[in-house]
This record gives sequence, C-alpha cells and structure tokens, in this order.
Amino acid sequence: MGDWMTVTDPGLPAESKTVSQYTSEKKMSPSSLYSQQVLCSSIPLSKNVHSFFSAFCTEENIEQSISYLDQELTTFGFPSLYEEPKSKEKKRELNIVAVLNCMNELLVLQRKNLLAQENVETQNLKLGSDMDHLQNCYAKLKEQLETSRREMIGLQERDRQLQCKNKNLHQLLKNEKDEVQKLQNIIASRATQYNHDMKRKEREYNKLKERLHQLVMNKKDKKIAMDVLNYVGRADGKRGSWRTGKTEARNEDEMYKILLNDYEYRQKQILMENADLKKVLQQMKKEMISLLSPQKKKPRERAEDSTGNVISDIEEDAGELSRESVWDLSCETVREQLTNSIRKQWRILKSHVEKLDNQVSKVHVEGFNNEDVISRQDHEQETEKLELEIQHCKEMIKTQQQLLQQLTTACDDDTTSLLQDCYLLEEKERLKEEWSLFKEQKKNFERERRSFTEAAIRLGLERKAFEEERASWLKQQFLTMTTFDQQSSESVKLFSAFSGSSDPDNLTVPSRPRQKKPHSMSNGSPVCTSKLTQSLPASPCTSDFCQTARSCTSEHSSINVLNITPEETKPNQVGRECTNQKWSMASRPGSREGCYSGYSLTYTSSHVEKDDLP
Amino acid sequence: MNFSEVFKLSSLLCRFSPNGKYLASCVQYRLVVREVSTLQILQLYTCLDQVQHIEWSADSLFILCAMYKRGVVQVWSLEQPEWHCKIDEGSAGLVASCWSPDGRHILNTTEFHLRITVWSLCTKSVSYIKYPKACQQGISFTRDGRYLALAERRDCRDYVSVFVCNDWQLLRHFNTDTQDLVGIEWAPNGCVLAVWDSCLEYKVLLYSLDGRLLSSYCAYEWSLGIKSVAWSPSSQFLAVGSYDGKVRLLNHVTWKVITEFAHPAALSDPKIVVYKEAKKSPQPGLDHLAFPPSLPVANHLSAAESKYEIASMPVSLQTLKPVADRANPRMGVGMLAFSPDSCFLATRNDNIPNAVWVWDIRKLRLFVVLEQLSPVRAFRWDPQQPRLAICTGGSKVYLWSPAGCLSVQVPGEGDFPVLSLCWHLSGDSLALLSKDHFCLCFLETKEGVSPALGQRDGHA
Repeated sequence: MGDWMTVTDPGLPAESKTVSQYTSEKKMSPSSLYSQQVLCSSIPLSKNVHSFFSAFCTEENIEQSISYLDQELTTFGFPSLYEEPKSKEKKRELNIVAVLNCMNELLVLQRKNLLAQENVETQNLKLGSDMDHLQNCYAKLKEQLETSRREMIGLQERDRQLQCKNKNLHQLLKNEKDEVQKLQNIIASRATQYNHDMKRKEREYNKLKERLHQLVMNKKDKKIAMDVLNYVGRADGKRGSWRTGKTEARNEDEMYKILLNDYEYRQKQILMENADLKKVLQQMKKEMISLLSPQKKKPRERAEDSTGNVISDIEEDAGELSRESVWDLSCETVREQLTNSIRKQWRILKSHVEKLDNQVSKVHVEGFNNEDVISRQDHEQETEKLELEIQHCKEMIKTQQQLLQQLTTACDDDTTSLLQDCYLLEEKERLKEEWSLFKEQKKNFERERRSFTEAAIRLGLERKAFEEERASWLKQQFLTMTTFDQQSSESVKLFSAFSGSSDPDNLTVPSRPRQKKPHSMSNGSPVCTSKLTQSLPASPCTSDFCQTARSCTSEHSSINVLNITPEETKPNQVGRECTNQKWSMASRPGSREGCYSGYSLTYTSSHVEKDDLP
Repeated sequence: MNFSEVFKLSSLLCRFSPNGKYLASCVQYRLVVREVSTLQILQLYTCLDQVQHIEWSADSLFILCAMYKRGVVQVWSLEQPEWHCKIDEGSAGLVASCWSPDGRHILNTTEFHLRITVWSLCTKSVSYIKYPKACQQGISFTRDGRYLALAERRDCRDYVSVFVCNDWQLLRHFNTDTQDLVGIEWAPNGCVLAVWDSCLEYKVLLYSLDGRLLSSYCAYEWSLGIKSVAWSPSSQFLAVGSYDGKVRLLNHVTWKVITEFAHPAALSDPKIVVYKEAKKSPQPGLDHLAFPPSLPVANHLSAAESKYEIASMPVSLQTLKPVADRANPRMGVGMLAFSPDSCFLATRNDNIPNAVWVWDIRKLRLFVVLEQLSPVRAFRWDPQQPRLAICTGGSKVYLWSPAGCLSVQVPGEGDFPVLSLCWHLSGDSLALLSKDHFCLCFLETKEGVSPALGQRDGHA
C-alpha cells in the first residue's frame, strides 16, 4: 500500500500538468482525454496502455486494489467502500451498494467535469477568436496610422512647396511691380526725351519752313494767282466791308450774342426740365402723404413712436410746400426744407416697408404652426376644388356659348321672338314669385302688427282692471286713513312727505335689502322720484300714494303706482312712461307679476313707438 | 429698292449737292453733274488734270475741283457753264482745299502746311493764315458758317484761332493745353469746341467760343489714347472712342463721363440682338421678300446671296489680334457716328472689324450688333431717320433700322465692290461707290414705304 502511494502520489501533479497541456495545446475529444487521464493517473510515465490496463487489477490483487480505491475515495471524501465493521477483529467487507453509489457519483462527477470542460473550451475558443480579431484590428489600425502619417507628411511637404511657390510668386509680383515702375519711369523718361527731340526737330522744321516760306512766298511767284472770268457777288448780296475797329467790336458783340443765346436756350431747357421734375416731385409727395397719413394714427396708438411726430411735421411741411408759391421760389431757399421733408417721408416709408417685411418674414417663420394659417394640404385641396369648379364653369360657359352661337346662327326671326318671349315669360315668372314672396312678407308684417295691437289692447284692459282694483283698494285705504287723520290738508301732507328727509329714506331704505340687484334699484328709484316731483303738483292725491308706497310691500308695485299716476294726468307722455316702465320692469325679474307686466308692456311700448315714428 | 444703272467714277469722287438736286462725279479729268431725279447729265466740265478732290459750295452753285499734284484748284459754276475760275498755288504746292461756308471763299493749304490761303471769289482779296497745324482735322467750321476754328502750331505749342468767316478777322487766339493736338471740332450748336490730343496721350479739351476752357477730360494715362471723336447732333453728347476699345460719352452740362461703352468680343446679355450675316444658298422663292428689286437681273451665280440671322446668346465675335510693334495698331474704336436724331450711336472697334455696334443713347446701352462676313469699310446714317447703311467692300449694301436689318445685293453684271457710300439729303437714295463705278440705290419705291425699313421707332 505504502509503495503504491508513493508511486502514484507524484503522478498526480504530472497528470494535471499533462491535462492542462493537452487542453491548451491540443483540442481533443473528452472521451479520449478521459482515457488519457486514466492512463496517466495510474502509471504516469508509461505509454503502453494495454500492458498497464491489464496490470492494475488482477486475480491476486483484488483486495489490494479495492483497499487502494477505498483509500483513494475516502481521501476524496467519498464514503468508504467497506461496511462498517461490527467488531474490530472482524474483517471489513466490501459494501457493494457503497461501491455502486460511489461509482455513480463518480460518473456524475465525471459528466459534470466534462461539461465544465466543454464550456471552458468553447470559451477558450471564443476568446481565441476574439484575440485574433483584435490582433487583426490592431494590425489594421497600425496600418492606417502609418498611411495617415505618410499622408500628413505628404501634405506638409505640399504645404511647404506651396508656401515656397507663394513666396516665389510674391517675389515675382514684387519684381513685376518693380518692372512696371521701371517701365513707367522709362516711358516717362522716353516721353520727355521724345518730346524734347520732337521739339528740337520741330524747331528745325520750323526754321526750314520759315526759310521755305521766305523762298517761296517772297520771290513774287507769278504763278500764284487766281484766274477768274468775273467776280461773283456774295451769297448774302452784301458787299464786303472794310476791316476796322468797328467790325471787330461788332464781331465780339455777335459772338457774345451767340453765346448768350446758347446759354439762354440751355437755361430755358433746364428750367423746363426743372419744372417737370418739380411737378413729378410734387405729385410724388402728394401721393406719399396720402399713402402715409392713414397710418399716422396707428403708430401713435401702438407706441409713442417717433414716426408720429415726424409725420405731423411732414404734414405741416406738406401744407407749406403744396402752396404753389413755394414752388416758384428758387431752389436755394426751399431746397433744405424740401430735401428734409422728402428724406423724412422716405424714412417713414422705408421703416414701414421694413416693418411689413418683418411681418412677412415673421409670418413665414411662424409658418404653419400658427393656428389661423391654413395648412398647406387644406390649401391645396381647396385650390384643387376651386380649379375643378373653374373647369366646370368654363365648360359650362363653353357649352353655353356654343348653344348661343348655334342659336344666333341657326335661328331666324321667329325663333328669336319666341326666345324673347321665353325670356319674358321667365322674367314674369320670376317677378310673380317675387311678388308672392313680397305679399307673404306683408302678411307677416300685418299679423305681427295685429298681435302688437292686440297686446296693447290687452294691456290697456289689464291696466284698467288694475286701476279699478287699485282705486277700490285706495278707496278703502283712504277711508281708513280719513278716520285716522282728517285735519291735515293734502298739500301740506304732500310737502311733508317729500321735503322731509325721513320720508324718502323710508321709501328707499326698506326696499334696499329686498333688492337682488342694487344697482338696478338705484337706477330705478331716481327715475321714480323725479317723475314724482314733476308730476306731483298736478296731482294732489299723490301724497297718499307715497304713503301707500311706503306701506306697500313690493317695490315694484310702488313704482307702478307712482308711474301710472302721471299717466293719468299727462296722457300724451304715454310712450315715454311706458318705456320707462318697461325698463324698470325688465330689470326686476324677481317678481312674477313684474315679469308678466314687463312682457306685455314691451309690446305696447314698441307699438307706441311705431305709431310715433311716422 | 431700286438701283440705277452703273456710271463711271474715279477716286471715289461722287457728291450730292447740298440742296439735294444734283450729283457731281469725276471721271479722270472730267466733272459730270447730273440731276438726281433723272440722272440726266446736266453739265460736263473738263479740268486740267485728274481731279483729286471735289466739293460743292454750300449754296450748290459752285463746285471745286482740286488737283493737288498740279497745285491747282478749278471752280465751276452750275448756273453759268462758261464761267470759270482757276487758282494756282504755284511752287507753294497744295495739299488741301475746301470751301468756306459762304461758298465764296476757298481755303487752300499749301504744302508743308506753310500757310492757308483764303481766296475770295467776290473780290480780288487774298488772305493768308500762317502756321496751320499739319494734323488730321485742323479746320472746323461751325454749322451756321459763322466761325472757323483752326489748329495752329507755333513755337512747339498748340494754338487754336477762331476766325469770323464773314471777313476773316481773328476773333480769338488761345493756347491749348495739348502735347500734340490732332483734331478740333465744333459742337453742332457752334458754342463749344472739342480739342483732342494725339493718340499718345488721352486728352479731350472743351473750349467755349470765347476761348475759355470749359473742361478737360483724361480717362487714363500711359497708353494709346483717343482714336475718334464725334458730337451728337443735339450737342448733348461727345462720344470719344479710344484705343482701349471703349467709347466714353461726355455730357454737355458737367462735361463728365456718363457712360462707357466697352466693345467686348463675347456677348451674353440676352437683351442685345446680334445679327449675323450668313451666306445663303440661292432660293429663288424666298429672297427679296422685303425688297423686291426692280431689276431682277441679279445673277445668283456670281455672287452668293447673304442674309442676316439672329444669333443666339452667348455670341463671340471674330477678333483680330493687333500687331503690337507697328504704328497705328488695328485696335480701338476708329469709327463713330451718331444717328441724326441723336438716339443711336454706331461704332466700330477696329480689332473686331466685322462688327458694327449700335448703341441706344436713350437707354445708354448696347442695342444691336451686326456681324458681317467681311470687315466693315464704312457706315453712314440716313440724314432723316435712324437708318444705317453699311458697306464692307463686297457687292452688297447692308441696312439697319430699329425694325430690323437686311443685306441687298447690288445688281449688275460683274462685281460691284462697294467701297464707300453717301446718302442723299432726303434719305431716299444712296450712292454706292466702287473703285471705278457708282450707282444710286433708291430706297423709297413708288408703291410706298417698304415694310422693313419704313417703320420708325416711334421717336421724333
């Protein structure tokens, strides 16, 4: 046993080494690997598989090999292959179950290992390919780097060359400039020299000429002569005049006259041109002013623009300048004014145009996200539709034209008359239709009118009934009152009722908390009071009404009462009163009665108004 | 459009009389005067030698024939054929001869510009003007004939003398601020004199009649300067064409440039109409639409017909590269002419010799470009309306008006190279001059105004 141990123990690391070696260097199938392992583990150095395989377990060393395996397994943490001995002396027996279990576990382990190994191998493969790829990439990049470096060098070289060239060109330019300068100098010197020479030559020439002149002219050349049959008269019929100082002066005069005439003519032309230009200017000015003045208010309203002031200035200027007399002034005096005003106007116009441009550009920029801008699609659709319509219409027109042409060409007088009749009939028909429509409208109007009058009558009746009712009620009240207070006169009562500060307060104050809309009441009450003050002197009994009003529970009824009283006294004021009533009623929708009467009253009032109108 | 028969001519000497009644032409030493309406020979004068220059007097009564070689001027009267006058300059020689505006004086310039002799036909008097400058355009009469401006050179300085033509009295004499004056010209109103320097220096000076300097203008320095100058008939504009291929318009109020007309070879503005002359294969049915010639003898075989085509933009015109190391290089605006109503300006840029540029003065922009097949020899405006006649040395005459343009073949046997042309006063007819022939071209047919050219543009 001990021998075996010593033999096998050093083998283990060697085995693991070989394994690692194999896996790393050779890609072997796991089964073969396994057999190799086995081989290695049993006898590490021998390569002869068969001899070794047969050597491990023989008939004789079963026990030993079992015990060896047991030992080995226990060292690896497996349960022992032997049964637990019951007694110390008893020989340990081989537990087959344990062996099988061990075997199974070993197999499972083996399988696991194989799997793990496979995984590791694939990973290894992957890593290897990754490595290759990366190496390739690296190589490529290196190449790229190299090429770009080369390129850079090339470019640098070219740059340098260009710079060189540039320098050369600069030099050349400079040279050329110098050359030009030199040439110009040469030209100038040559010119002076030439001129000098020319002058010299000319002098010589002149001398020669002089000499020649003397020679030719002074020898009394007989040949130089004019042979004329007879002298002719002058073209103007005058005789030649002697040369005197007078003629000289006359010539001068004439010359200046001619010049003067020319200048006058030119001045006239310029004046005419000026007048035309002024006319144009004036017209333009007017147009400008008319164009600019409607915008005058806008900029002022928008903001305190400076343009507003300018425009007003312009208007003043325009007022001044439009006077004809100013135009007749010489330019000197008007020029500044004119140019200033024009400049101002122009500025305004420019700013306006710029503003418009800005607006336009803004609209463009905002474009289609603006909601009230029609989207392009809609627009296109619409245009398409319209185009179709136009097409349709055109076709219609064409056919109509054709028909017309046919008619005009084909038909004779009868048909034309017939046609005319047709047209007349058509016209008549249309007129009839219109007439009936008109009648219907008239009827409607009549009906409305009737309803109005009916309503008015009804209102009148109602009013009468109401008055009667009220009269009876008043009577009753009066009767009760007279029993209460008989001495006081009516006029005094009236006075006290209205001059006294407490009474009107009483009239209004209690009504206030009942109001739903205080402002309507405040509107209503003064009307009432004023009416009262106006009408009261005429009606002595109103003081009582006041009192009744005070006692009255509803405001509206009191107003009714108060307003109706003047109606009795002043029947011609019905319309106005009614409208007043209507107004006050309408503002008080709280009470049902008010509503109703208001409704009826509106009718009457409108009716009355209608009557008043003509 | 009708053509007259072809008459003989020498040295392009053919002139309409100022009153428009007569036509004078020279054949060697003979002077022939015809009536314009009938072309019948009215008078025939025989001169001493081959005539080199002819000129009508302003009243159309006399004709001057100058024979420079002999130093002789002969004057003929139309009213009195037997009347004759011969002026002999003798050993002094003769280089130029012209009428004074009154038609009674002749100004002869002697050789070497020693002096100008003023011969009077009325009296025996002879006046001499010393020191005339030998230059392109040294004599200028005002349009009303009152004044003569003369360029002079004394002591290496330029002067201008203004004479009263009535009695040849010196009115003004002033020094001009020029290096080498080459031309002077009165404005049509006779109040402003334009003076310009030689091409070595760009300089235009404007003097009043009384000798005051009104203004001077210089567009640039150190380069060849002015090549041509023209006043507008209204005296409002002075057009200055220069070697840089530009025309500068000066106004008469401030005498400053209002605009520059460049003459680029490449045009791209779609507003400009470019008429391109193109050879046309003879199509008997289609030609002569606008101008049916009354002489249908036109031989289609000898000369190729041409027509105008409207070129589509952009257009590049044929340019000529000027020789830089020779004098008078072919570049710059060498020809300038205002239409009689001052509404148009026709120009030719000499390094684009085939093109005539017509500028609209009212809008101050290029209006039309006519590109011919061969270099433009001459162009003249109709004195009555904006209508331009152009010749290129071929046997065609070209007409442009705002309504359009056309090319007309000059009928007749053989070639008729039109070297020059001149309008009749009325604008009804046009004399076409070749090396030794001339013919008249009648534009207004008896049936009425031809449709293509009769329409005016609507401006007065």
